[in-house]
Amino acid sequence: MLNAIALLGRYGLNRLATLGRAGVLFVAALWGRPTLRPGLSLLVRQLFNAGVLSLVIIVMSGLFVGMVLALQGYTVLVRFGAVEALGQAVSLSLVRELGPVVAALLFAGRAGSAMTAEIGLMKATEQLVAMDMIGVDAVRRVVRPRLLAGIITMPLLAQIFNAVAIGGAVLVGVKWLGVDSNAFWVNMRESLSFGEDILNGIIKSLVFGVIVSWIAVFQGYDSEPTSRGIGEATTRTVVYSSLAVLGMDFLLTAMMFGVD
Amino acid sequence: MSRTVEIVVGLFLIAGFAAFAFLAIQVSGLNPTATQGDTYTLVARFNNVAGLNQGARVTVAGVQVGRVAAIRLDPLSVRAEVEMHINDRIDYLTDDSIAAIQTSGILGEKYIAISIGGSPDILGNGDRIRETQSALVLEELVGKFLSNMVNK
Repeated sequence: MLNAIALLGRYGLNRLATLGRAGVLFVAALWGRPTLRPGLSLLVRQLFNAGVLSLVIIVMSGLFVGMVLALQGYTVLVRFGAVEALGQAVSLSLVRELGPVVAALLFAGRAGSAMTAEIGLMKATEQLVAMDMIGVDAVRRVVRPRLLAGIITMPLLAQIFNAVAIGGAVLVGVKWLGVDSNAFWVNMRESLSFGEDILNGIIKSLVFGVIVSWIAVFQGYDSEPTSRGIGEATTRTVVYSSLAVLGMDFLLTAMMFGVD
Repeated sequence: MSRTVEIVVGLFLIAGFAAFAFLAIQVSGLNPTATQGDTYTLVARFNNVAGLNQGARVTVAGVQVGRVAAIRLDPLSVRAEVEMHINDRIDYLTDDSIAAIQTSGILGEKYIAISIGGSPDILGNGDRIRETQSALVLEELVGKFLSNMVNK
């Protein structure tokens, strides 16, 4: 009995220590003046890995999500004779919720897991230790560019997702199902405000970018340096960041659009 | 190799910002060229403005000419006072114009429709539209209809 309580306590303390390490890593990675010479080219390389390589999956899913939304919205709205509100329904749900959230989930699966695996393998093959031996700050050189790249690319990817998804909705709603194109765009414009909807969507995706890339680099950096450990860390990245994104989304939505 | 990477990343950043600009301009209607420019203010008092929101459209013959800037309660007459910002180019609203609160569709949003009269006098900044028609409250109509049914 006493043993069980002690075990629980140890488990809790371990968790707390892990959270502390994550915080220390976050600060250590962003601390200090950014260097232009190696810093920028490292960042560009990571922007390529996190951003450009995620583009295909973001664009493809955006297209299909937009098409599905338009189709679903149409079948409901046609019953009330209000198909003109399709643009409004699609764009509101995309810009406020689906764009940032789905893009973040895809980003966690595509780029976050890759970050974790890469850093974990560097740790397992003792590259990080070697860097420290020759006097290179491994956190600054390896972790910082990945963290920054994730934070920068996430809002951009979410915006691309939104734009493509609205294109997909136009494709299905206007071109295929024959909703009046003018009504579609006008309704969309009337119901969306720049400050309220689009900026809040961007704030959301910025927060998600921080969460996902922070979890990804930390899980890699903190992983057990074995092949099984890296596999577990990669799984944890996807699971934790998906849960964190969805939970955070609720809090942010309550803050931004909540009834006050 | 590194040069190609840099160029592709540049393209990616441009695509991201282009998507943002598309959303901002095309979707939310934040169009710098389409701001209404200079406006002048008109006020009108209604018995009931239920459902009318700040920012609602003000139209003449269905064409938008302005927006509702403020809604407040006039303490003297205890009626709703609506302040409207009308586009400067619409300088031919006569002082016998009628402002009516109408609904687009049955469940749509409320807006103000102004019908222009035939008086030679033109409304200027700060003037009041005297003739008004209040919002149609669906619940009241249903209530009246039901009480009629019961009385029969």
